Amino acid sequence: MSTDAVLYDHPGPRAKVRNAILTVVFGIAMLALLYWIYLKFDEKGQWAAALWKPFTEASTWRDYLLPGLWGTVSAAAVAMVLSLVFGLVFSVGRLSDHRWLSVPSGVVVEFFRAVPLLLLIFFIFYGIPFLTESPMPPFWAVVAGLTLYNGSVLAEAFRAGIRSVPRGQSEAGFAIGMRKSLVMREILVPQAARAMLPVIVSQLVVLVKDTALGYIIAYPELLQSVNILAANFGNIVAAAIVAAIIYIAVNATLTAVAGWLERRTRRQGKAPKAKAGPAPVGTVATGDALGA
Amino acid sequence: MDVFSDPTNIDVYVTGFLWILKLTVAGTAGAVVLGVLLAAMRVSPVPVLRGFGTAWVNTFRNTPLTLIIFFCYFGLFSTLGLTLSDDIDRNNYWLGVIGLSVYTAAFVCEAIRSGINTVPAGQAEAARAIGMSFFQTLTIVVLPQAGRAVIAPLGSIFIALAKNSTIVGTIGLAESSNAMKELINANGDQVIPIFLVFAGTFAAVLIPTGYAFGWLANRMAVKR
Repeated sequence: MSTDAVLYDHPGPRAKVRNAILTVVFGIAMLALLYWIYLKFDEKGQWAAALWKPFTEASTWRDYLLPGLWGTVSAAAVAMVLSLVFGLVFSVGRLSDHRWLSVPSGVVVEFFRAVPLLLLIFFIFYGIPFLTESPMPPFWAVVAGLTLYNGSVLAEAFRAGIRSVPRGQSEAGFAIGMRKSLVMREILVPQAARAMLPVIVSQLVVLVKDTALGYIIAYPELLQSVNILAANFGNIVAAAIVAAIIYIAVNATLTAVAGWLERRTRRQGKAPKAKAGPAPVGTVATGDALGA
Repeated sequence: MDVFSDPTNIDVYVTGFLWILKLTVAGTAGAVVLGVLLAAMRVSPVPVLRGFGTAWVNTFRNTPLTLIIFFCYFGLFSTLGLTLSDDIDRNNYWLGVIGLSVYTAAFVCEAIRSGINTVPAGQAEAARAIGMSFFQTLTIVVLPQAGRAVIAPLGSIFIALAKNSTIVGTIGLAESSNAMKELINANGDQVIPIFLVFAGTFAAVLIPTGYAFGWLANRMAVKR
């Protein structure tokens, strides 16, 4: 019994019988659903071996899937590094005591969090070339869009992290004569970063998923290579399912790493205690982790 | 701002955002219905249902929405022959709603489930101790408290859904991002005003919505 501690009491003899009956009934219903999907696929001949065979051949992986995965991973990795820098700069900027710095930082962060990523990428890819008179490489259009959006999301996460460091920490810093910038650099940011590590890794999942938007502007990432593969072999359903499995494998691994980091941080007691409230950072999945 | 003095261009803009509005409304409805069902499955005492809910969440939360919409069009519609309307735009719209609902439901489910988990077990134990039935415990004690805890995450989810609905443009619906692309390509000399109008519309609606949800969540928060 994992999550039902609140709702259900430990089952007695009658509840056990009822649960067993429900298990059988719903088990049969699930099997029927799966069989129905199987039949629908079969009707359209989607189980034909020829459609699935390409995925057992090394050449398919060498020519399509692995280069596509590399395109996805490289864009996500570059965007991650840049968004960390962006997030750090703007979170510190927004926490500044100077209004001329904190207000513009806040406006930038709020704006890029509210604008759909696809709109941003379209502007960078189709709009910027009109201004610079030179074509925009799809890779940089994707990376720039991802950086602006995820950097803003991370900026808010960092800001929450920095504010969750106990006040005594910065007061102690000031008491021994540190300046504001030194307190931020040496006291607050290192502690916040450690607490924010799980958030940063889960943001990587969002980045990996959002690189799929590159497909729309013909950046050669996984979805794009799957599209080309499907055009060559005529197996779009099979190819999309294989692509989904690859994405799920990559993202589930990242989620597991994030969970492990979170447990480790909590065990070592290095995380600043979350503020009391109904939803401390990280307990309830925030919508910002949605991405696309 | 010459672009927006031309009525045809204004029409492109309005049509684009009308699609976004329709996608958001229908997507939210679908995602909430599916998400509540999935959450009920994930907290149920029946292992088969819990397994189904977990599988759904892990599958759709880890798949890019672009791929899901791509599959809805090329898989469900082109290959498997699921046609939802004879009008091509209507058909793409409903395919988009399916994709958005299926994807967002995974997040709604997780928000509701963690909301239920914020209710201390003692609350339900106390309810059972005074003889409340399962249904009474659920509706009088647990859900009112859980509902307040999920306002903030659900708000972020709906805002993300509104932004994500632009991705339905992938399958050819003339929603706002495609409308912006069209205007940019036709008016290369006014790129920045065009972007500011489209992005500004999203910002002007979504930023206040976000603050409103935050305010509501704070106001309704359960004091513990």
